[in-house]
Amino acid sequence: MRFVDEFRDSKTARAIAERITRISTKPAQFMEFCGSHTHALLRFGIRDMLPPAVSMRSGPGCPVCVTSTHDIDRAIAISRMPGVTVATYGDLVRVPGSRSSLEYARASGADVRVVYSALDALALAEANPSTDLVLVGIGFETTAPTIAASVVQAMRKEVNNYRVLSLLKRTPPVMEALLSLGEIKIDGILCPGHVSVITGMEPYAAIPSRFGVGCVVSGFEPLDILRAIEILAQQCEAGTPDVANAYERAVSIAGNRVAQDLMNEVFSPCAAEWRGLGQVKDSGLSFNPQYANFDATTRYAPEVAPAEDPSGCRCGDVLRGSCLPEDCTLFREACTPQRPIGPCMVSHEGACAAYFAYSTHT
Amino acid sequence: MNTYEPAEVVLLAHGSGGSMGHELVEKRLLWHISNATLNRLDDSAVLNGHRRLAFTTDGYVISPIIFPGGDIGRLAVCGTVNDLAMVGAQPVGLSLALIVEEGLPLRTLDTIMRSVHDACGEAGVDIVTGDTKVVSRGQADQLFVTTSGIGLLAEGTDISGSRAQPGDSIILSGCIAEHGVAVMSAREGLSFRTTIVSDCAPLNGLVREMLAAASEGIHTMRDPTRGGVATSLNEIASQSHVGITIDESVLPIRDEVYSACDMLGLDPLYVANEGKLIAICAPEMAADTLAAMRGHRLGKDAAIVGQVSDDKPGRVVMRTRMGTTRLIQMLAGELLPRIC
Repeated sequence: MRFVDEFRDSKTARAIAERITRISTKPAQFMEFCGSHTHALLRFGIRDMLPPAVSMRSGPGCPVCVTSTHDIDRAIAISRMPGVTVATYGDLVRVPGSRSSLEYARASGADVRVVYSALDALALAEANPSTDLVLVGIGFETTAPTIAASVVQAMRKEVNNYRVLSLLKRTPPVMEALLSLGEIKIDGILCPGHVSVITGMEPYAAIPSRFGVGCVVSGFEPLDILRAIEILAQQCEAGTPDVANAYERAVSIAGNRVAQDLMNEVFSPCAAEWRGLGQVKDSGLSFNPQYANFDATTRYAPEVAPAEDPSGCRCGDVLRGSCLPEDCTLFREACTPQRPIGPCMVSHEGACAAYFAYSTHT
Repeated sequence: MNTYEPAEVVLLAHGSGGSMGHELVEKRLLWHISNATLNRLDDSAVLNGHRRLAFTTDGYVISPIIFPGGDIGRLAVCGTVNDLAMVGAQPVGLSLALIVEEGLPLRTLDTIMRSVHDACGEAGVDIVTGDTKVVSRGQADQLFVTTSGIGLLAEGTDISGSRAQPGDSIILSGCIAEHGVAVMSAREGLSFRTTIVSDCAPLNGLVREMLAAASEGIHTMRDPTRGGVATSLNEIASQSHVGITIDESVLPIRDEVYSACDMLGLDPLYVANEGKLIAICAPEMAADTLAAMRGHRLGKDAAIVGQVSDDKPGRVVMRTRMGTTRLIQMLAGELLPRIC
């Protein structure tokens, strides 16, 4: 038996889904913050197992999706500078900027590489000392410590041609910004599992009392998610929102202190721009002064015009949970994975891509 | 207002074997050279007036050129032999064209040519004509290989992507996603350790056994290379105007491949295979076909994984382990590992 099989057992899943149906007497709307949760909800068909009273909305937890058009334009501008190699993660290469994408920049001569980790990007810098390697660093608290580690290592090894364009984001400030907005009714949050491995449970502590919304940390397997939704449903029915950990095998109360220290050593919170939410205070990570040499923005200050999001694209609304992908008129018609208009259709963690790929409701 | 107008250039994603590749072929290439034989878009052409003859060609640009379980030489022979096999043909001769980048170590070339020899031996075919060109550094990535193949079809064989019929059974010849994961594990910038090796193998021997057991019952065959099983099934569903349902719980996949895909965020259904085939056959012949496959070294893990229906033509769905149903789309763009 494979390790994951015990978390994908269909009998247990049905039993939990039946319990959720039994306890849900009134309509409840939960937000899965993380794109990987949206993906799992659709890939495993979990949405179809839930009772009609329980609905799920996607949140802003997809690092590719929340990266603003303006920041994409900056990354493209850097990729076109002479002597620069740009490295980035996964599907960011395909996200449309205002006039191009890193994928098109690569096709027209820019050196753009896809890497799996920041340490691979650092290795590329070491192997090609005559070029300047710029890692377009996107991601949340899950990715930030590994990028910080690559910077610390670059400093120690005196790798002088390694730089990071930090588009990193912090989860707690944006969760609060979203709840403060009060745009849609949220009865509970399915909190991101991987992020919580690093941050621990503390960031969620104030949310239940401040916003009357429960926070349950969930893993990414079907039984993890169903169990977390069951706890949210119980809290919601009882009117007792609380913080709970339904991913005990990976998440501790304190989180990963080593990773947190590493992140704080290299970065400090700063304001950051989010697609769909605009500027959010303290929600980004910028370089501490002693690491300024590794900051791509110190060395390259690409002048790019302010950018608007593509016309008609509702990625911003999708990321705030104020609509479902299917509510966007571009969805599946003008906007497809082959010709994506917004990032939520590009990224594998994007809500639109997940609905496009898996949803049989058409 | 901001309208995104991408430049009209070829993207890497056009080469991924998914829907963008199809669009390039159908809208840009066939436009110029369309004809009835080519338009069937099967793995090999069956030449009009020479019903017994099959003809195919394929270019290989894999990086790295040597990977766990094989190299570009073995791949180039197996790929072309398999394209012939997918219309039911046995190979009678292959061509081999090499485009070599200056600076390629001769020892590497030796290794690759030995693989070509060995793979030809396994398939029972010879390289009967060839060509070699050398280009200056930077104009190719070490070595590009093109192989073409001519094959012979037995009487009564009529296998095509457009012949799948409602009620047919779908058989997969073995465990999926091994080639793609093995190559990815060897690729620069994506280093992770694994013991998984490519499944690259010539399938004509397996096909011979299948045809001997159920010649007229086999309607369609495909080797799910780039784009994986998901993309091949979508091609068949749209070429044959049928619906396809597969069952996740019976899909053959090795534990280590499943785990590697899980870790990288890849769906094994979209990962390339180079020694597997999908066969679609009449339901009454499914048991015989399966037995013949399981009796062959390359088909011992074969399984019936789904059915063809007349419901929602062109659409592929999967019954998940959870008992729910989800859509299986064609691959779009490049296959990329996830970031969080």
